Amino acid sequence: MDERNFTYMFYGFAAVWAILAGYALTLAGRDRKIRREIENLKRLLEERERK
Amino acid sequence: MRERVLYALGVAAALLLARNLYVILLVLPDEAEQGAIYRIIYFHLPAWFTCFAAFLAAGAASAGYLARNDSRYDALAVAATEVGLAFCTIGMVTGSIWARNQWGIWWTWDPRLTWALITTLVYGGYLMLRRAIEDPNERAKNTAVLSIFAFTSVVITYKAIDWWRTQHPGPVLSFRTGGGKIDPAMESMIYVNWAPFLMLAVVFVVVRMRQELARRELDALRRFAHAM
Repeated sequence: MDERNFTYMFYGFAAVWAILAGYALTLAGRDRKIRREIENLKRLLEERERK
Repeated sequence: MRERVLYALGVAAALLLARNLYVILLVLPDEAEQGAIYRIIYFHLPAWFTCFAAFLAAGAASAGYLARNDSRYDALAVAATEVGLAFCTIGMVTGSIWARNQWGIWWTWDPRLTWALITTLVYGGYLMLRRAIEDPNERAKNTAVLSIFAFTSVVITYKAIDWWRTQHPGPVLSFRTGGGKIDPAMESMIYVNWAPFLMLAVVFVVVRMRQELARRELDALRRFAHAM
């Protein structure tokens, strides 16, 4: 492969993977947050029912 | 079952991306004038295609919401918009890196680039508007109208290189030019690499849509819990 401008090509490819991975991690983080909130809400409802 | 299909699609996309990377780096010939940097096109164009497809899906889902008043359409619209913006960011960043290397500048106010930025801002505004409206029905209705009108910006972005003389390269793909502007092997690789991007986008949209629907149920339950 011609190595002219290789560094910028690498930056471009790295940016693609970084953005895709960043978005996938954001989605995973949101999933965890929603699950945590559901658990908290369940606990809250159980406490209210007991009262 | 659906969960398995989703995982399979994600794994297939990752494998296809790895295989394509091998072909892009080691099999395809170099471009005579640009050297290695031209290979950014294999990610830049598929990212924009995916972005435009996602925004089209968001517009169609928004029209579906206005016609049927079903919140699943609204969830699909917001999911497709957010995923479209992620791919739009890939398009903007890879384009900017290519421009820095080939033109010596990261950015110029050329019609194609400016409309791409306007499209990004309009869809970013869509997501911000959703945060600003409290009532779920009002939020869905107002943003659905915005999403439908926002698609005109996508069309202008796409056609900018036909309508105006731009610093951004003109059309090269054969379905726009009739052929002869790009080597067929290089052109077909652009479409081959679009496939895993589309597969990833579908996975992201489904996951994001589920989160949106779960969030709504959660908000409704929270209101119910406070009313108890």
